[in-house]
Amino acid sequence: MIFNKLSRRFLVIVTGLASVLSVSAAHAEYELNMTESVTPIGQQLYSLHMLVLWVCVVIGVVVFGAMAWSIIYHRKSKGAVAANFHESTTVEIIWTVVPLVILIGIAIPATGTLLDLEDAKTDVDITLQVTGIQWKWKYTYIDEDVSFISSLAQSSRDVISDPTGNENYLLEVDEPVVLPINKKIRFLFHSDDVIHAWWVPELAVKQDSVPGFINDSWATIEEPGTYRGQCAELCGKDHGFMPIVVRAVTESEYEQWLVSKKAEAAAAAASAEQEWSMKDLVARGETVYQANCSACHGPTGAGIPGAFPAMTGSAIVNGDAAGHIDVVVNGKAGTAMASFKGQLNDVDIAAVITYERNSLGNSVGDMVQPSAIKNAR
Amino acid sequence: MYTETTHDTHDTHDDHDHHGPAKGLLRWVTTTNHKDIGTLYLWLAFTMLLYGGSMAMIIRLELFQPGLQWVEPHFFNQMTTMHGLVMVFGAIMPAFVGLANWLVPMMIGAPDMALPRLNNWSFWILPFAFTMLASTTLMEGGAPAFGWTFYAPLSTTFAPDTTDFFIFAVHLMGISSVMGAINIIATILNMRAPGMTLMKMPLFVWTWLITAYLLIAVMPVLAGAVTMMLTDRHFGTSFFDAAGGGDPVMFQHIFWFFGHPEVYIMILPAFGIISAIIPTFARKPLFGYSSMVYATASIAILSFMVWAHHMFTTGMPVAGELYFMYATILISVPTGVKVFNWVTTMWKGSMTFETPMLWALGFIVMFTIGGFSGLMLGVAPVDTQYHDTYFVVAHFHYVLVTGALYSIIAAFYYWVPKWTGHMYDEKLGKIHFWWSTIAVNVLFFPQHFVGLAGMPRRIPDYSLQFAEFNMISSIGGFAFGLAQVFFLYIVIKTIKGGEKATAQVWEGATGLEFEHLPSPPPYHSFTEAPPVK
Repeated sequence: MIFNKLSRRFLVIVTGLASVLSVSAAHAEYELNMTESVTPIGQQLYSLHMLVLWVCVVIGVVVFGAMAWSIIYHRKSKGAVAANFHESTTVEIIWTVVPLVILIGIAIPATGTLLDLEDAKTDVDITLQVTGIQWKWKYTYIDEDVSFISSLAQSSRDVISDPTGNENYLLEVDEPVVLPINKKIRFLFHSDDVIHAWWVPELAVKQDSVPGFINDSWATIEEPGTYRGQCAELCGKDHGFMPIVVRAVTESEYEQWLVSKKAEAAAAAASAEQEWSMKDLVARGETVYQANCSACHGPTGAGIPGAFPAMTGSAIVNGDAAGHIDVVVNGKAGTAMASFKGQLNDVDIAAVITYERNSLGNSVGDMVQPSAIKNAR
Repeated sequence: MYTETTHDTHDTHDDHDHHGPAKGLLRWVTTTNHKDIGTLYLWLAFTMLLYGGSMAMIIRLELFQPGLQWVEPHFFNQMTTMHGLVMVFGAIMPAFVGLANWLVPMMIGAPDMALPRLNNWSFWILPFAFTMLASTTLMEGGAPAFGWTFYAPLSTTFAPDTTDFFIFAVHLMGISSVMGAINIIATILNMRAPGMTLMKMPLFVWTWLITAYLLIAVMPVLAGAVTMMLTDRHFGTSFFDAAGGGDPVMFQHIFWFFGHPEVYIMILPAFGIISAIIPTFARKPLFGYSSMVYATASIAILSFMVWAHHMFTTGMPVAGELYFMYATILISVPTGVKVFNWVTTMWKGSMTFETPMLWALGFIVMFTIGGFSGLMLGVAPVDTQYHDTYFVVAHFHYVLVTGALYSIIAAFYYWVPKWTGHMYDEKLGKIHFWWSTIAVNVLFFPQHFVGLAGMPRRIPDYSLQFAEFNMISSIGGFAFGLAQVFFLYIVIKTIKGGEKATAQVWEGATGLEFEHLPSPPPYHSFTEAPPVK
């Protein structure tokens, strides 16, 4: 009886695997197999993946088949008498050489694909710098003077206790990165703090962003669309909450988008020249705080004892404004406190400092203008 | 073949009564006896299995459905980190050391381990190390939350103060492992009975000899890594900080230079166990004993040369990636030799399917599945897509749970009648096997799918497309967890009593412990060297 169960189990495994493979070959969007890619290199990876998978399945069928055969026919309850053969150099050589040949068969296409995958430096059309920051991504279009930060959309944050029905939960951002189709895009990765990894399965790009070093990778997107991914390297508390959204558009749409981004940046620079009212600063500061500070210091400013200090009653927040500005602008060396001068503009920094000083249980009463931040840079 | 009447057993026992265990609890603190220390190790491992397992239950509970329902992300990260550390250093490794303590002297015809006091010390360090590590959960800042691989700078600049407890706990575990390994090597090389040449040793002894060398080689590397972390954190060095001229990726090189051989530390003794069980229940000698020895040695040597296959996305030069890909997939050759040998041993045997055999067969099938996914992961270009996803989680759990843990459980059922003199309850053992095996596949098989579909590992929450498979996986997880509580009941029941086991225990069992010792064996295994065929 036991043996029947065992052989049935093997059958289940083998037929299960086979059905999984046939289903996934027919409907690639069904979530059993690797995501099919919209880049040529990604399609190469997919074929290589299928090749290795099939090699494994065939070897599996042979090995488990032989095992199942013995279990069915060579058991004592069926009156099997044990043979006594052992040690055969010929057999040992065969089952060393045959796998070796199979491995060479895998290694040859794998080498070609790897060389293509690593070819990020030739014929580049657009270079996009990607910076990992706990827990968001900063995108800088080299040569275009366009740069922005992309973080988890508020619509996902709002439904975190019950995301039912929110289709792109945790895979939506406030500002997607926009790229043109049919252009070779070179990505340059680095990090401001810990190691992150930028991964978009449909682009077949996954590369670590390492503080102090620059890595690269590339993609030529062949189909317009929205492609979603996530950080793939554990980077601290909100590792699961730093998604990536790539919007691939035609070249003319891309050009238009660049123009609008530049106009936005000019408007932001103009607003930094103005004097702001307390009310406006605090209102804007709250938005900035929740998007950039609350992950560590807590939505109410309580922090996480032993890991991240509280805002409420903090000596820095309640002390001299210059000291407070210094910590936010330059960060605090040797700790998790980042420098925000590369992440936020003058208005945002002024607003968030003013908000922290007059909210979250603090009431210093003063306000910080964008001009003060400009001077502190 | 040695067969003994009950009367003889009593005689043997009486003869050595004055060498018997001391009375009271202090016996366990002061003991230098290999069997007592083996028992201590095994109980520590079981305790840690349940502790690490309960953290896995919290992980699976949070992942049961999308959204954050049960724990905060920071606590979730503590759970994944501590689960990994406790299972690797607290459950799997001590369990194998416990088995080595019990079995190596009996298998080579020695009275005890070569260095009994060292043996006592190497065990008793561990409860303190794990208490220290576990205590961080209750401290401000919490337990380590940077993954069991503790990549810098997340574990240095960005980690809470409690990380120092983790560093010293790892130091202690390393000291314990190295002392244990020295003891095993000294025992195997010096205390074999006359006639027990190296090439006559049981494979469990061989695999442990090689494992012990791996431990001595790599535990100091781990100690070096955590010491560099310590000085980076407190004494102004910049080993892993690019701002000071260091390199965070160098941490990964050092860690995996330890970490990859560590993987084989946790699987080579398993190969030894399976190589003992399959021939017994197939009633046929192991097909290629010497090729098994050579395959084990090849795997051990290769294990030092493949570490950066864990790092294909860190930005290695293409030549490095090619080398590490070729070296990695080459490991599947000696590993394949092992699997082929086990299958050929069963071929034309006369098989029966007692509980230890079921666990061993489960091991072969599911370890091989883990081996297949390992081959896939070794192919560098596609690894860039598998890396850091649930596909990897599925892979290493197939290797470590249905591989290493299954072999440990198989070893328990195989040798416990020898150790206690009581047969376990066959029916309960079989229920335990089928329950665990169905549950573990429901738990881990769907993780291949979500990984391929794009779910990163170590995330407390996920998008809706992964919901169904995660729920299935969690259900399997709870069932598997419960099955191990059931195992605890079986263990206690067997120790307390059961049908008397014969000296040989199994019809097809061979080896000194089955042929020359009664069940249970005397406190000191062999006071006179047994004859070796």
